[in-house]
Amino acid sequence: MSEKERCSRESGPGVAKSRRDFLKQSAACAGAVVSFGVVGIILPDDVLGDETVDYDWNKHRWVYLVDTTKCIGCGACVRACRAENDVPEGMYRTWIERYEIPVEGEAHVDSPNGGELGFHAVTSGMEVRKAFFVPKLCNHCEATPCTQVCPVGASYTTRDGAVLVDDKRCIGCGYCIQACPYGSRYLNPTTRTAAKCTWCYHRITKGLKPACVEVCPVGARMFGDRKNPDDPVNEMLATRRVQVLQPELLTKPQCFYLGLDMEVR
Amino acid sequence: MIPELTGFLFPNDVHIHWSLMIVLYPYITGLVAGAFLVSSLYHVFGREDFKPLARFALATAFCFLAVATVPLLNHLGHPERGINIIVTPHFTSAMAGFGLLYASYFIILLLEIWFVFRVDIIQRAAASTGLKRAFYAALALGVYDTSEEARRIDEKIIRFLAAIGIPMACLLHGYVGFLFGALKSNPWWSTPLMPVIFLFSAMVSGIALLIVLYQIAMKIKGFPIERGAIAALARWLWLFMIMSLTLELLEIMTLSYERAEEWEVISHLLTHQLSISFISIQMVLGGLIPFILLMLVVVMGRYMDDRIRNTLAMVSSLLLLMQVFSMRWNVVIGGQMFSKSMRGFRETYVPGLFEKEGVLAAVAIFVTPFILLAIFEAVLPTFAHLKRANAPTSNRP
Repeated sequence: MSEKERCSRESGPGVAKSRRDFLKQSAACAGAVVSFGVVGIILPDDVLGDETVDYDWNKHRWVYLVDTTKCIGCGACVRACRAENDVPEGMYRTWIERYEIPVEGEAHVDSPNGGELGFHAVTSGMEVRKAFFVPKLCNHCEATPCTQVCPVGASYTTRDGAVLVDDKRCIGCGYCIQACPYGSRYLNPTTRTAAKCTWCYHRITKGLKPACVEVCPVGARMFGDRKNPDDPVNEMLATRRVQVLQPELLTKPQCFYLGLDMEVR
Repeated sequence: MIPELTGFLFPNDVHIHWSLMIVLYPYITGLVAGAFLVSSLYHVFGREDFKPLARFALATAFCFLAVATVPLLNHLGHPERGINIIVTPHFTSAMAGFGLLYASYFIILLLEIWFVFRVDIIQRAAASTGLKRAFYAALALGVYDTSEEARRIDEKIIRFLAAIGIPMACLLHGYVGFLFGALKSNPWWSTPLMPVIFLFSAMVSGIALLIVLYQIAMKIKGFPIERGAIAALARWLWLFMIMSLTLELLEIMTLSYERAEEWEVISHLLTHQLSISFISIQMVLGGLIPFILLMLVVVMGRYMDDRIRNTLAMVSSLLLLMQVFSMRWNVVIGGQMFSKSMRGFRETYVPGLFEKEGVLAAVAIFVTPFILLAIFEAVLPTFAHLKRANAPTSNRP
């Protein structure tokens, strides 16, 4: 007998019972229906048969670390991201910036195609004092303005620290894109909803690394779990001097940088 | 098409997400707020100068408010989900209050219109037959009491509605300014002055629109243009335009004097990307010139021929309508012409003619309230009370 059938049978008119019994049973029936409904909503069939079911988001707190001194600007991460996440052309969930600081004058910054195809040799003709690459992605800020401004709650932060967009709820107003100080969001022209880096949430909840971290040939991109004391990223965050982008905005980025230069914004 | 870019932009920053539609929206709500204020100056504060056009101002506010959501819905990636802002609002977002504000102001405006035109509706129902009668009877909502006492109660209710309508109109419009002003990501938007600037410019645009429409309506109807009404409108317009322009300049001057990081970007923005729309149009053609013309109307008005004064007021109003539009454009589009990298700019933005959010769509949306106004005028003439008022005066020796 299903929960629903039992409920209707037991509360049928022929059964004599006290008012308290009736209330108890009603509450139990309502509880059963509600819990059945909720499970049905949050666990659709395609997820139920998946290994993600074992994933407990309370047991993780993801964090990203970029060692800018290691990045060689090969663009493998940008290509991997596009392939993994089906990122439309002209939009970027991650990109690489190249900084050339001349002996005199203003810094020259570029990111042709987001660094997707790597970088050509310097042709600016200036005498460069120092040069470096900076990989960028969504900072998954703890105090993020993008989820704050979402009028329908389609942008949200998961308990394990990822900032995601529910494209079934997003109305495509673009307010979050305006509110992000890092230019991490874009409007997907196909779905007409806001989109951004998810730290490859579909991968990390299965015990894998984000695609960009996976393919980085020099280990400039690292992904860790703050709730795992043995995590090497945790160790680095604890012992090295790290920086975040635009700290003055107090968005509390969860993407940290090693070797960040003052020219980088 | 890849836009022309200079410097370094974050790769996602080359797109203009908030288009002409988002320029149009605050322009329309501004006209609503301004027109409503004029009607309230009569209904709440009893400024007799505005009596001839108090009803017309109310109708204008209503017709523009009726289309205000259209540009927003046209802008949304998923307009069919737009209702979620009201059904499942996420209250940490300033935008989530939109539904509540819009709906409550709309109801207040609707109620006020009904009370203002109630007696007219009943008289029209009584004077007509058949379908027309049924239509007006339906509008009367089954209340046919036109006694002196009922009218007195009407007036009290109108005064109350018009009074709470003022803060509501200010909220609805000032709040649009807040949407921009409270974004720390964008230095061109992020200032607490933004809602105030939006409010004052709203008053400017609303009053200017009424000066234009009132004169045209009087020409069409063959009624004389009231000298007092134009003089009073010009006075208020001058006051609000001074406030508005002062605040707009104050913001720039503060940014310039502080010489903070953002000034490097904004000074470039003002002298390059926005040089025509900000300096030439918003400040000079739409600012300085109407300031001088209106000063003449206000200071020298009593010595002026009616036609000259009306023409000067008309020209200043048209220029100010353009000024406020360019102000909206400079805020909304200007704020997206530079990258948050603070190192790069998009050189131009020209909306397409036939795009979903393009020029044609904007024109169609903007023309609609004028058509609605013509229909409103046909159903409930807003100047009918002038005829009644004029009749006995014309008999006077």
